[in-house]
Amino acid sequence: MSKLYTFLKYFFITFWTVFVVAPFLWAVSTSFKDFQSVNSKVTYIPWLDFEPTLEGWRVLIKSPAKGGVDIVEPYFNSIFVTCTASLISIVLGTLAAYALSRFTFKAGFVRNNDITFFFISQRIMPPIVLSIPFFIFLSTIGLLDSLLGLVVVYIVLLMPIAVWIMVDFFNRVPKELDETALIDGCNPYQAFYKVVLPNSIPGLIVAGMFCIIFGWIDFFFAFILTFTEVQLLPVKVVALNSSITPWWSLSASALVSVAPLIIVAFIVERYLSKGNLSGALK
Amino acid sequence: MNLIGEKISYKPDEQFHLNDVSFNFKKGNLYTILGRTLSGKTTLLKTIAGLLNPDQGSISFEEKDFIKIPVWERNVAMVYQQFINYPHLNVYENITFPLEQRKLSPEQIKKDVDEALKTVGLVGFENRKIQELSGGQQQRVALARSLAKKAKILLLDEPLVNLDYKLREQLREEFKRIFSEGLSQDTILIYSTTDPQEVMELNGEVIVLDEGKVLQKGPAKEIFENPSNLKVAEISNDPPMNVLKGSKNLKNVNFENISLEIPNHFKNLEDKDYNFGIRASEIKLDENGEEFEIELAEISGSETLLHLKRGNSKIIALIEEVMNFKIHEKVKINFNANKFYAFGEDEKLVSSPYGGTNG
Repeated sequence: MSKLYTFLKYFFITFWTVFVVAPFLWAVSTSFKDFQSVNSKVTYIPWLDFEPTLEGWRVLIKSPAKGGVDIVEPYFNSIFVTCTASLISIVLGTLAAYALSRFTFKAGFVRNNDITFFFISQRIMPPIVLSIPFFIFLSTIGLLDSLLGLVVVYIVLLMPIAVWIMVDFFNRVPKELDETALIDGCNPYQAFYKVVLPNSIPGLIVAGMFCIIFGWIDFFFAFILTFTEVQLLPVKVVALNSSITPWWSLSASALVSVAPLIIVAFIVERYLSKGNLSGALK
Repeated sequence: MNLIGEKISYKPDEQFHLNDVSFNFKKGNLYTILGRTLSGKTTLLKTIAGLLNPDQGSISFEEKDFIKIPVWERNVAMVYQQFINYPHLNVYENITFPLEQRKLSPEQIKKDVDEALKTVGLVGFENRKIQELSGGQQQRVALARSLAKKAKILLLDEPLVNLDYKLREQLREEFKRIFSEGLSQDTILIYSTTDPQEVMELNGEVIVLDEGKVLQKGPAKEIFENPSNLKVAEISNDPPMNVLKGSKNLKNVNFENISLEIPNHFKNLEDKDYNFGIRASEIKLDENGEEFEIELAEISGSETLLHLKRGNSKIIALIEEVMNFKIHEKVKINFNANKFYAFGEDEKLVSSPYGGTNG
């Protein structure tokens, strides 16, 4: 019985790992292929099946004038927009979450939970519903097709995530901790940044991770709200797929765009595996 | 120069959390607040600390209006029933935290912290993380932080309730020592608890609180000997005092078809119906006694608690040895009539074996 269980366990783990990792390996190998090795027959092993070439990667940094696609600028655009929007979302979202967790708000029938739900409801709506208002809004204030406009929109998208995660986190930090800080001579601001914030680092990391992931992978708004001036990485990668699909540079750019998330995952994984994300406070 | 509260009421929802509570706490004294859970003990302590503002009433300390002073300037210290420490700081930093907030000199801080660590017996634990400590040790850190502050008002909110039995006993002993030697003469110590035994051992002035109302104030001995009404008698005894509805005539005390010879202190009572109170420890097993049916028998430590029934009356007897009983078995017990209390129909104390009455 237990042997069967062990067998099945490892079988499914192996199956799933292959299922997840295989496309990556395929993309890695494809990125080093040329037109011939992609289109003639199925090839697997470099040097044996096909002659590896760096052409797929070189195209990415060449300017369009020289027949390249130049994803360097969109890459830095994406980093800038994602990081700025995430940072602002985390700062504002954490403050909002702390207030929602600790103070009681009353305005007509609106209570704390309603306000929290209002934040989360921004994510419940299908993005397509938001696209037209955002478009009109940005064109009115003249921020269409600009990095700043994208940052503004991404804050709207990311802050609910930060608020949601941090409200839940703060609710699990005992109120008595803040009270003890007050009794020990901190005013409410000192209590927040001297006691509550240092104990919220695990929550901040998780919230930050989710903001970065959701900001980085967004294609829809990046596509709708930009034209020629500014381009973000996801749009640029998809745009590579023209009449003839350059599978090699498409694979290379896909790998490059996934890389930051993998790095984030590895950093966060250390915190996750330490087990101090939820158990930091008893 | 006292901490004086007058007619404090706090009613955040439909129910009173504090209802017309007044007190006058003098420096250098120990006060215990006794009450069951949700009786308003924590609310009262938080009100004194400044974490809650009462809807009505006033609090003054050293002739100043306390309510106008924010928490962080009140110089009080509080230990919670949950072990609240700063998880991101180690033991030493936890204790220095309030002192650094008050910008004391490093030498002064070191001296105060070392002293506090010594008092609570945590010398050598300075660099430990809070999470590495046991519950009892965490509570000691919280206590050390409160002591090191040398606050003029020290609030302890059921500090032992979340500890296991052994540790509770041990820390309770230590508390008595710490309170007698570790506190200066101008500290007001306020200690809340649900445990009557703690109240008796700490032996301070007691306030009995129930549903936000003060039921009785007085020295621990007085509360124990002359509980002013049935509620106090219930709250201040563990197990709660047994109540038997019955009547008294010239020669006898009668309840549930049992007739006992009248004790001396009942001689002058009017002949009518009473609620008689008798502590669980004043009931003994006796071959010649009255027959009761066992509903439940629990062994607690070296004692056995018998839940007994006869007619409409349910009582608890405390037997000071470990014995095995069968449920629904009949046992014979004897009441120590000299320790009977009489409470009127209005539940007020009428006669006590220790001579107190409530008029």
